[in-house]
Amino acid sequence: MNMMDTKATSALLYLDGVHVSFDGFHAINNLSLTLAPGEMRAIIGPNGAGKTTMMDIITGKTKPDKGEVLFDGIVDLTKLDETKIAELGIGRKFQKPTVFESQTIEDNLLLSLNVDHRVRGTLFWRKSRDEAARIERVLETIRLTDSRHMLAGSLSHGQKQWLEIGMLLAQDPKLLLVDEPVAGMTDVETHQTAELLKEINRDNKTVVVVEHDMTFVRELGVKVTCLHEGTVLAEGTIDDVSANDRVVEVYLGR
Amino acid sequence: MTPHILTRSLDRSAMIFLLIVAAVGILLPLSNLLLPAGSMFQVPTYLMSLFGKYVCYAILALSIDLIWGYCGILSLGHGAFFALGGYAMGMYLMRQIGSRGVYGNPVLPDFMVFLNYKELPWYWYGFDMFWFAALMVLVAPGVLAFCFGWLAFRSRVTGVYLSIITQAMTYALLLAFFRNDFGFGGNNGLTDFKDILGFNIQSDGTRATLFALSCLALAVGFLMCRAVVTSKLGKVLIAIRDAESRTRFLGYRVESYKLFVFVLSACMAGVAGALYVPQVGIINPGEFAPGNSIEAVIWVAVGGRGTLIGAALGAVVVNYAKTVFTSGALAPYWLFMLGALFILVTLLLPKGIIGTFNDWCEPNRLRNRAKQKRDPIVESAAAEDGVTLPRPAE
Repeated sequence: MNMMDTKATSALLYLDGVHVSFDGFHAINNLSLTLAPGEMRAIIGPNGAGKTTMMDIITGKTKPDKGEVLFDGIVDLTKLDETKIAELGIGRKFQKPTVFESQTIEDNLLLSLNVDHRVRGTLFWRKSRDEAARIERVLETIRLTDSRHMLAGSLSHGQKQWLEIGMLLAQDPKLLLVDEPVAGMTDVETHQTAELLKEINRDNKTVVVVEHDMTFVRELGVKVTCLHEGTVLAEGTIDDVSANDRVVEVYLGR
Repeated sequence: MTPHILTRSLDRSAMIFLLIVAAVGILLPLSNLLLPAGSMFQVPTYLMSLFGKYVCYAILALSIDLIWGYCGILSLGHGAFFALGGYAMGMYLMRQIGSRGVYGNPVLPDFMVFLNYKELPWYWYGFDMFWFAALMVLVAPGVLAFCFGWLAFRSRVTGVYLSIITQAMTYALLLAFFRNDFGFGGNNGLTDFKDILGFNIQSDGTRATLFALSCLALAVGFLMCRAVVTSKLGKVLIAIRDAESRTRFLGYRVESYKLFVFVLSACMAGVAGALYVPQVGIINPGEFAPGNSIEAVIWVAVGGRGTLIGAALGAVVVNYAKTVFTSGALAPYWLFMLGALFILVTLLLPKGIIGTFNDWCEPNRLRNRAKQKRDPIVESAAAEDGVTLPRPAE
């Protein structure tokens, strides 16, 4: 018991025995996962394994029926809503790139800055030199400096993915949840995205990446968790996991 | 801070709009008062009152555009806030009649004497003072919008469901105000006004002043809306309109933003109603009719939502058409025409008049942008001239 407690409090994210079912379908089944601060973790699994639902639980979109979800060892995420969780420092990139299409790239980043988000503060908000510099840095990182005044809706699919990662950076969260960042990207873009995520992780941020693309996961070179039917099937290096008989069975069909 | 907000909110089209409103607001009353009756350029009083009505509708349209065009809240019950503001003003005007009423009762308005009221209901207290009535013009719609919005937005009622309950809200108020024992004059409403702040409400001078004040209110309302939509809060509103849940995941409390802008919009609608009542001389429960609110939404759609100027323009254009068509042989067909107008605008001009106009000007801007891409020096020069898209709020 005592050991469990230390495990929970020293982890940045701690899920234990989480259950969620939608109309009798068990999307998440006794899921347990622990992430150390500063860790990067790749989550793989076939369609319907519960990867996105897991992110929904962590970000407060879905409430679990059972189980513990702790952030920073003390904060019970199941009690909070999306806004509060975002304020705690959990940022999320969606599977389908979700940027504010009718606003410029720069405004997308400006909206993402982790400044006062209350109504009055936002109404009278003015960009400080420091914040302008931060936006500048993010624009450079995601290589969109030249198109900063373009509408986000006019970007290519890959660029939108990058913009959304940029929005995460502007948000400056402790934990980044990145859902399928390289879907629809060319090989070069995929490689660049892996580099970008590694760079973010070196910045002492904890990153969870959900991805199908095995080449990409291999390139990240981090611990891999394989989910299946809402529970952890295997955990370890990419070589261990892909050599696991059960993982092979799940991916290739029985 | 103030000059900063001003420079940010006043782009060229906003300046042109304000100039037109100011010109109309000054020249029309002057021509009415100073030029001899019958002169070619003299605006008759009835026409000025008619235009005054349009200006009030334009303020209502602005308030709808603020929530619908920028935040995606489609209220089909905004006429309720307009009517509440109107009733608050009407109650003041009723109390001003005093003993000049048909029954000569110094305290009770005529309809209360007629309905055998023995004393003034408590909610009529204070309405003999103008400042109190003026406060209520803002407070009554504001409080209703706050309660309604607090419940609806916190429960995340959105889209068509929200529109339906706003319809239900205005319909419920319609039924309530129709009742004689509700204390607001039943289906006759409030009328027979005599004077406002001591000035005869029928006199040309008062009418001209009311018209000028309506134009002033339109200008102030427009500036306020511009200040809101060009602030960072405006960007958040658009973000909520386009991707509500994404905005939540960025840490914005979406319901607070919606509530803020909904209450602001309701207060604006209340002011529009308060200016409307002395100019048309009556307020009755018919103003709560759901059809009125839907019509107001059509004005905004016709003018172009999310443009503010379009909303005001749409209100004036559609109402002018209404005046023309309902007074001629086509009168019985006006509602069909309004319906047809809505369908045609949705099919052919989905962005409304101003939105389509802006799109026409767009190729120019696109060309500029294409040039910038090829030549970085031009880009920085263009950015300095403010040629590019809205610049960062700095």
